[in-house]
Amino acid sequence: MRSKTFRESYREDIKVFQTLWVKLWLTTFVAFLLSVPLWADPYVIYMINLAGVSVIAAMGLNILTGFTGQISLGHSAFVALGAYTSAILATRLGLPFWLCIPAGGGVAAFFGILLGFPCLRLKGLYLAMATMSFGVVIEYTVTHWESMTMGVRGISMPKASLLGISLGDDARFFYVILAFVLLLTLAAKNLVRTRVGRAFVAIRDRDIAAEVIGVNLTQYKVISFAISSFYGGVAGGLYSYYMGYLHPENFTILLSIEYIAMIIIGGMGSILGAIFGGIFLTVIPDVIKAFAELLGQHLPFLQGRYDEEWNIATFGALIMLFLIVEPTGLNGIWGRIKTCFKNWPFTY
Amino acid sequence: MGLLEIQRLSLCFGGIVALDKVDMTVQKGELHAVIGPNGAGKTSLFNCLCGIYRPTGGDILLDGKSIAALKPHHIGKLGVARTFQNIELFAQMTVIDNLLLGRHLHMHSGPFSGALFFGKALEEELDNRRKVEEIIDFLEIEKVRKKPVGTLPYGIRKRVELGRALAMDPRILLLDEPVAGMNLEETEDIARFVLDIQEEMGTTIIMVEHDMGVVMDIADRITVLDFGVKIAEGSPVEIQRNPRVILAYLGEEQ
Ligand SMILES: Nc1ncnc2c1ncn2[C@@H]1O[C@H](COP(=O)(O)OP(=O)(O)OP(=O)(O)O)[C@@H](O)[C@H]1O
Ligand SMILES: [Mg+2]
Repeated sequence: MRSKTFRESYREDIKVFQTLWVKLWLTTFVAFLLSVPLWADPYVIYMINLAGVSVIAAMGLNILTGFTGQISLGHSAFVALGAYTSAILATRLGLPFWLCIPAGGGVAAFFGILLGFPCLRLKGLYLAMATMSFGVVIEYTVTHWESMTMGVRGISMPKASLLGISLGDDARFFYVILAFVLLLTLAAKNLVRTRVGRAFVAIRDRDIAAEVIGVNLTQYKVISFAISSFYGGVAGGLYSYYMGYLHPENFTILLSIEYIAMIIIGGMGSILGAIFGGIFLTVIPDVIKAFAELLGQHLPFLQGRYDEEWNIATFGALIMLFLIVEPTGLNGIWGRIKTCFKNWPFTY
Repeated sequence: MGLLEIQRLSLCFGGIVALDKVDMTVQKGELHAVIGPNGAGKTSLFNCLCGIYRPTGGDILLDGKSIAALKPHHIGKLGVARTFQNIELFAQMTVIDNLLLGRHLHMHSGPFSGALFFGKALEEELDNRRKVEEIIDFLEIEKVRKKPVGTLPYGIRKRVELGRALAMDPRILLLDEPVAGMNLEETEDIARFVLDIQEEMGTTIIMVEHDMGVVMDIADRITVLDFGVKIAEGSPVEIQRNPRVILAYLGEEQ
C-alpha cells in the first residue's frame, strides 16, 4: 500500500501538465488553433505554416545544440536532405506523401549519424567549422548534382494527399503541419525529461562526470545528432510539399544561422524556446517590413528602401541583443511573466 | 587476492611523474584511505581507477580482470563510482535529476520509448525515482530535493554528489576529499554517512582525505603517497607511528 502511494505521488510529480488549469488552458489553445483556417486571412495561415516548419527544425537543432551542447552551423543541410529526399521520392518514384516525409527524416538522420561520428572529438569552434563545412558540401551537392536534384532549375512538387484527400491548399496543409508540430513537440518533451534527455544535458554540462556515471559519450552524441537531423529532415519534407517548389538557394548557410538565431532568441535548451524562436523569427521580417514602411511615411529618405538585407541585419542585431541582455531567450522572459502571474496579487 | 589490485601503477605527464610504480590492494568491504601531501598523486590515482587517465605503466585489476584500458562509462558499469575533489554536479538540474542521472546505468529506456513515455519508460522512471528518494532520505536532503543544485550551499552539494555516486549502486566507492572545507558538524555527518555506507550497504570505499582526525577514526587501512611514490601502508596506528610518514608530513618543519 505504502509503495503504491509513493508511486502515485511520483507520477503526479513527473506529469508534463501539472495542474488542471494548465490542461484547460492548453486544450483551449489547441481548439483555437484548430479553428484558425476557418476564419483567418490566407496570409496569416501561410505564415503560421511556415512558422510550424521552422519550429520543427529549430526543435531539432535545440536538442543537439541546446540540450546536448554540440554546436551545429550545418542544420540547413539536414533540412535540405529531408526536402530533397521527399521531393525526389515523390517526383521520380511517385511515392505518397505519408512515406516521403518519414523517408526525408530518415535519410537526414542517417547523414546526421555519418556526420556525428567524425565530430565526436570536436568541440566548440572546431565543431562549428565541421558542421558548417558539411552544410556547404550539401549545398554544393544539391546545386550541382543536376541529374538528381535538377540543380538551379529546381524541382516542382506534386500536391500532397492522404487517403485520397488532397492536402493541396494552405488551410488543409495547416492541419498537417499542426499535427506534426504537436506530435514532435510531445516526443521531444518526453525525450528530454527521461533517461536519454538527462544524459544529453549531462554531456552538455560536464562531459567527464557524465562519462564517469556511465553515459557512453559516443553513443549519446550520435543519438543526439540523429534525432536532431531527423527533425530537420521532417521539416524539410514538409517545406518541400508546402512550397511546391524546391531551389538550392533555400538552403544556404544563412538558413543555418537563422536556426541558430531561433534557438538563441527562443531559449537554448528548452522545448518551448524552440517554439517561441521558430515563430518569432518567421514573423519578424514582416514586422521589420511594416516598421520600415511606417518609418518611410515620415522619413522620406527611408521611403521604399526596405529590402531582404534588413532582415539579415536585424537577425544579427537580435542575436547580439539576446546573448547580452537575455541569454535565456524568450523562454526566460516567459518564465518570469508566469512567476509574476502566479504570485499575483502578491507582487513586489 | 583483493577486490581491487593496483600493480606497479605509473602515470607521467610529460616530465612530471604523478604516480611511480604504486602497489595497493583493497579488500572487499574495506574502508581504505589514501593520504599524502598536496600534489602527491591522490587524485591522479582516482582518475586512473575510473578511466579518466590512462596509466603509462602497470595495471589495475578489478576481480582479477584488468580495467586499466577501459573507458570511464565501462568502468562505471563494473560498479565503480566516485565523487570529485571539486564538485562535479550538473548545476542546472535538480537534486532529483542529478541522482536519477546516477541511475543511468540501471535504466534502459532508449530514445524511442523515452519519446513515447508510456509503459516501460514510465515504469522505469517511477521505480528509479523510488530508489533515488531512498538515498535522499538516507542523506537527509529531503528539503532541497527539487532545488537546482547550483543554488545549494557547498556542504549540501557535497552530499548530493555523494548521493549521485550512491545512486549507481557501486561495489567500490571512491571519495575524493569528502569533508574538505566543511565545519566540524558537517564533517561528523559525512563521516557517519560513510561508515553507514560501508557497514549497511557493504560497499568497499577508497577515500582520499586530508582531515587526519576523520581518516584515523574511520579508515581500516591507509596508504600514504608522497610525490607519486607509496611510502607506507598499514592500519591507522601503524601509520601514525611510521617515521617515513611523519617525515613526509613534517619534513619541511624539521
Ligand atoms: N592533467 C594533468 N596534467 C599535468 N599534470 C597533472 C595533471 N593532473 C595532475 N597533474 C600533476 O600530477 C601531480 C599530482 O596531482 P594530483 O592532483 O593527483 O595530486 P593530489 O594528491 O590529488 O593533490 P591535492 O591534495 O592537492 O588534491 C601534480 O604535480 C599535478 O600537477
Ligand atoms: Mg587531489
